[in-house]
This record gives sequence, C-alpha cells and structure tokens, in this order.
Amino acid sequence: MYRILSSDPVAPDVRRFRIEAPGVARHHRAGQFVIVRVTADGERIPLTVAAAQPDTGTITLFVQGIGRTTRMLNTLEAGDTLADVVGPLGRPSEIRYYGTAVVVGGGVGTAIAYPVAAALAEAGNDVIAIVGGRSAEYVLLEPELAATGAQVIPCTDDGSYGRRGFVTTVLAEILDHSRIDVVFAAGPIPMMAAVAETTRGHAVPTIASLNPIMVDGTGMCGGCRVSVGGETRFACVDGPEFDAHQVDFELLARRNQAYHDFEQARREDFDRNRPRPAGASR
Amino acid sequence: MTAPLTRRERMQLDRVTMPERDPGERSASFAEVNLGLTAQAARLEAMRCLECRRPVCIEGCPVGIQIDDFIRHIAAGDIDAAAAVIQEDNLLPAICGRVCPQENQCEGACVLAKKGRPIAIGHLERYVADVARGAGFDRIVTRPHPTGRRIAIIGSGPSGLACAADLAKSGHEVTVFEALHEAGGVLIYGIPEFRLPKEIVAAEIDGLKRLGVGFETNAVVGRTHTLAELRSQFDAVFVGVGAGLPRFLEIAGENLIGVYSANEFLTRVNLMKAYLPDAETPVLDVHGKQVAVFGGGNTAMDGARTARRLGAAGVHVVYRRTEEEMPARREEVRHAREEGIVFDFLAAPTELHGTDGVLTGATLQRMELGEPDDSGRRRPQPIPGATFDLPIDLAIVAIGNGPNPLLLATVPDLERTGRGTIAVDEATGRTSLEGVFAGGDIVTGGATVILAMGAGRRAAASIEDWLRTGVWPLPEPEIEAEPEAAVTR
Repeated sequence: MYRILSSDPVAPDVRRFRIEAPGVARHHRAGQFVIVRVTADGERIPLTVAAAQPDTGTITLFVQGIGRTTRMLNTLEAGDTLADVVGPLGRPSEIRYYGTAVVVGGGVGTAIAYPVAAALAEAGNDVIAIVGGRSAEYVLLEPELAATGAQVIPCTDDGSYGRRGFVTTVLAEILDHSRIDVVFAAGPIPMMAAVAETTRGHAVPTIASLNPIMVDGTGMCGGCRVSVGGETRFACVDGPEFDAHQVDFELLARRNQAYHDFEQARREDFDRNRPRPAGASR
Repeated sequence: MTAPLTRRERMQLDRVTMPERDPGERSASFAEVNLGLTAQAARLEAMRCLECRRPVCIEGCPVGIQIDDFIRHIAAGDIDAAAAVIQEDNLLPAICGRVCPQENQCEGACVLAKKGRPIAIGHLERYVADVARGAGFDRIVTRPHPTGRRIAIIGSGPSGLACAADLAKSGHEVTVFEALHEAGGVLIYGIPEFRLPKEIVAAEIDGLKRLGVGFETNAVVGRTHTLAELRSQFDAVFVGVGAGLPRFLEIAGENLIGVYSANEFLTRVNLMKAYLPDAETPVLDVHGKQVAVFGGGNTAMDGARTARRLGAAGVHVVYRRTEEEMPARREEVRHAREEGIVFDFLAAPTELHGTDGVLTGATLQRMELGEPDDSGRRRPQPIPGATFDLPIDLAIVAIGNGPNPLLLATVPDLERTGRGTIAVDEATGRTSLEGVFAGGDIVTGGATVILAMGAGRRAAASIEDWLRTGVWPLPEPEIEAEPEAAVTR
C-alpha cells in the first residue's frame, strides 16, 4: 500500500498528490512515469511523475479526472492509500545543454513538462515554458516553472489569462524571432501534433511525450506500441519520449480510442455511484 | 493393504484417463478443464508402475523428482509420504503436475511409453499435490536454521520460484522482486485459469512464504532498484526475469485496433481479470466474432481457448507448418479441437486489413514444407500465388518473446549472447558478473515452465557453491551454446 500524504485541488477536476513511494523517488528522472492501481481489483494506469522528493521518499503526481480510475483517484485524500505504485518507468528525457529550449505543456500535460523544464534549466539551458489551458483555472504550475528560472508564457484558449490562443501560436512567434535549439511537448495529442507541425518547417528538434494505453508498462504486453518513423516502438520501454516529427499521431489518437465505449460506460457508472465528490471533506 | 500385483497383472491395467469438464460447458467457462483423479484411480494408476530398478523416468525430469518413490507411496495409499518425496525436489508440484510437458519428459522416458501407455506421472503428481494442499499437509513447514546469507531473486516466475525454494530450504534469507503487482510471473499473467487456477499458484507461493521467502511486488529491477544496489545488499543475485518482450509479425496492419500480442490479450484476461463482468480492465469484445491466433505453441492454444471462452463465434489457429511440427502440447491441441477451435496449417499472415483503423481481416499465404532448417524441422516456404483472405475481428500474435531490455539496458557489462539473452555457464547459471546468476527464458529464450524451474534449481545449487567457496570465475568458463527458441512454455 502506498500512502497519500497530501491531496490538493489545483484546477477543475485536477488534483495534486504527494505519495509515499521511496523506490520511485530515489531513482526518478525527468520524463519518467509510474503505473498506479487505486484499488486491489483496479486497472493499471500510467501517470507521469511531476516531481520526486528522494529525501522524504515521496513523489508528486497531477491527476486529471478523465476516466473512472482517475476520477476515483481524485476522490482520495491525505491518509488514504493506493494499492500499487510502480516505477519509475520509461526512459528519462535526454537532458543536456542544448542552448535555448522551449517546453510546451498543455493542460495537465504541464505536469509532464515541468520536471523536464526544471532539469533543462539545471543543465544550463535557457528555458522558455509555454503553458496552455482552456481558461485561467487550467493553467498549471506557473509559479513552480518560474522558480526554475524559466521564462513562463501562459496562454488560454478563451483569453481569460495570459495570451489568448493556442500554445502553437506563441511557439510560432518565438520560432520566427529567436534561435531555438530544442522543443519538448507534453499534452493532448492534437496539441503535440500541432507543435510538431509548427517546428517542422524550422527544423527544430522536437520531442513529444506520448501517452498510449498501457497495461504492465514494462515491455511485456506491447499494448502501448506507437509508430515512429514507420517503425513500431513500445512507448513504455523505448519511450515515452520520441522525435515528434516522426510520430504517427493519428495512429496514436485512434489506438487510444480502442476502449472508448467501455471507458464511457465505466465512467458513467462511476459518476452515478460516486462515493464522495472530489474535494469534499470526509 | 492389497497384495502386490505381479508384473503381468500390472501390464494388464489400462492407463488412467483424466476426467475432463464437458467441452460444451467449458467453451463458456474459465473453470479448470482437467478435474483431477479420484483416490481409487490414482492408486490403480500407481499400481501400474513396474518399479524399474533403474527408474529412467527420473532422468527425464528436469528437477529430478524421485518419481518411483512417490508412486510407490501412492500405491501403498500413503499420500503424505508421497507428498514429502515430491517436496524434496519440487515445491511447486500442483503447478508442474498441470503444465509440464510430461510426454516429452518423465512419461516420455517411462519404459511403458514404448507401448504408448506410460504411467500418468503428471496426473499423479497433481493428485498428490492437490490432496496434500486440501489436507493442509503442505502447510507443515520446518524452518531451517538461518545461515545469515541473503539472496535476491529477480522475477517471481517459474525459475525464480524454484531457485527461491531451494535456497530458502537451506536456510538462506531470500527476497523475490516482482515487477507486477502480483507474484507468479507467467503462471499468473500468461497461463489461463482453466489450465492453471490462480488459487493454486497463490497456494504454492504461500508455501514459499511460510518457508520464509520474502516477496516485494511493484519492484522493477533496473528502475525501482538497480542490479548494483541489489548486488551490494545481497550475497548473491539470481536473474529470472523471463523473455517478456512480445515479437510481432512485422507485417502491414499490425497496429490496427483488434491486434493483440498474446501477452497483452492473456494479461488483460488473466492478471487483470477482464473476463469477469465487473472488471475494471477492458478487453476487446469478441462475442460472436471471428478470431485468428498466429502461432503454434502453448501460448497460441491458451489465446485461442481464452477467446473461445469469451464468446468468439469462430477461432482459427493459423500456423505456418503442420500439426506435426507444432510445439504445443498434444493435450492442449486436443482440448482446443474439442472446444471447436479450427486449425489452419501451412498458412502464414502476410497482411492485416482494417477499416477506420479497426481490424477486419487477414491475407494468408499458403505454405509448403521444404528442407529441414537449423532446428531440424522442415522449413515452411510460400507457395507462389496461393493466398487467401480470412475475415477476422481480432488477431492474437503468439510467435514468442524476445529478451526484455528493461533490466539488460541498465547493466551493459552483463555479457549476453548474439540473440540478446544473458550468457551463462550452462551447468551453473553463472553470468559474467561476480555473484550474479541467471536462468529461465532470459537465458534460453522462450521455453517451458519446467525447464525454467530446472534452471532455477541448478542456479540455486551453484549459488550454494559460491557462498561456500567464494571462488569466481569458474576454472574454464564455458558459454552456453544457443538453443533453438521454441514457442512453447
């Protein structure tokens, strides 16, 4: 059992958890994820580790309540436990000195982008973080990113905060005016695909953190296979980060819909029998 | 006690038949197919044993169970004594009695095999294990005197469990590290409930726990712990992580929705219990649909029979050679046939088709057998122009596993073979790293449960040597020749 030390709402349907997982905390590097089971008969879901605190043996996760399992997770409070947390899985981001790096995070994808931005800053890069959200309350981790020394550019679809428009609009402007050496993107698939298209013409190396469906997360099942440069790769052991210009995002989006009906039914079932609403005190 | 039978009388008895669940019933049920022998049937079967002076059956057993002894005890009606004999060499008999390919091992070696009626050693082993478990006999464990030596076992599949059992019996402190949330490896995620009920695996693992073996689940070595960490904290390390990286066909359409590796399909159904109505983990709905399984090993049979139980209307096993070359156990093939599985021999998929990203069919190439290849089996080759289409909604790719890179990539100085498996001295399981041993599929490539267990036991003996002598490396290191990767387990 893995104890939850804190659980805080940070955006609508998004919570930040600190969880006891000493083995993960000790070895975690930016770009890696964990597989979590909420209950002993639950499904295994991958969640990117936003930060690790090796001294206290804890990790930080951001969870958006999209499906049944993430919604169930978001009803948990400090003192509750998770059945399983395993990791850190996946290959770490390739962190080195590039020069100027742009890190693009969309919605809860910012939680994936954050440790990458922090590590890139640590490695001496100038880091620009473009943080997008539907509206003001969906812009995550802005102060934390700023604390890494990154220049943070928030933007919202509705203009309620920061720049109005998509992250790619801001990215395109930056690419037009400055020399950028690398771009890291994490967020919804259409956003990552759009980032790849934006940087392709500028020939800027671009890395996307992919989020396919997984079961074991250790290479054993092959369910997370993605197509990169026409070759099949397993996101769990070969990724989750790949050259965004080579990724078949359409295939990824389609494969992620494989269980759409099942997921919808389970989510609706959960919402009908919701044990307690997210954020409510117990 | 009955008077001993004469040799002639023994020869006249018929080989026992394992009672089986009705095929009609079982194609919709995950309940175990083989129902187990009655006490009377087991005793009669045991009486057939000719009690050879040189019991060749033992030579056929990868873990060297004293088969003649335990059979003699069954014939005498002393099941506790039979169980004690088996436990000397095998702490997982209920598993082995169910999944070992006895026809190629103990029963294959039995002198009565020449007449096609070998003693049903596997059924008897299972009988003894089940009776002992039911009577709680297996719960009586004398904990050995602790030696103070600590051993880490990486992977809780057959090789790891067998290695852990022997070392724990010697009084060493053993910790098994398992990447998944449940111990058992392929016994849990791969082999289906109807062939190996999960409560039996759990009971045998509980037996190891009573012996003092510790299990740490959710521990991915190479990630949660490094091999170097384990090596510094333990006196020896055994690597039994299995093959665990599914091979695909590398043909067009393989990433369509509806194409699974056998590992994924079986893991969803077995480990994650997707066959239960309220399961949290989905598996694509095969109710009333057409399924093709590519491959001819036991995993292919498991996939086909599982799809059938999930309600598939038609299930085809597509295999590129003939039935004769098929590596699956005969019993599995027979069970599959009885359950309505169709076999398409001498056929190989060349392309998978789909609509809107969802699988709708396969193009199959007709094959014929040519000259024997390196494995001694005749090589299948395409018949030019002979292709046909098979409409299918689900494809299960069961053509074996390559070595999983997860641990290996983190230990570049661990020597490996040209196939990417860990190179070991075959007799001892010693790797190129001092104090690190390996066995099972990560050494041999995809093989069987019992071969992995045999490797685990050999490594355990070799670990004892190393703990005693502290001498490394071996006088004349000899790296194992590469065996053929069979698609069985």
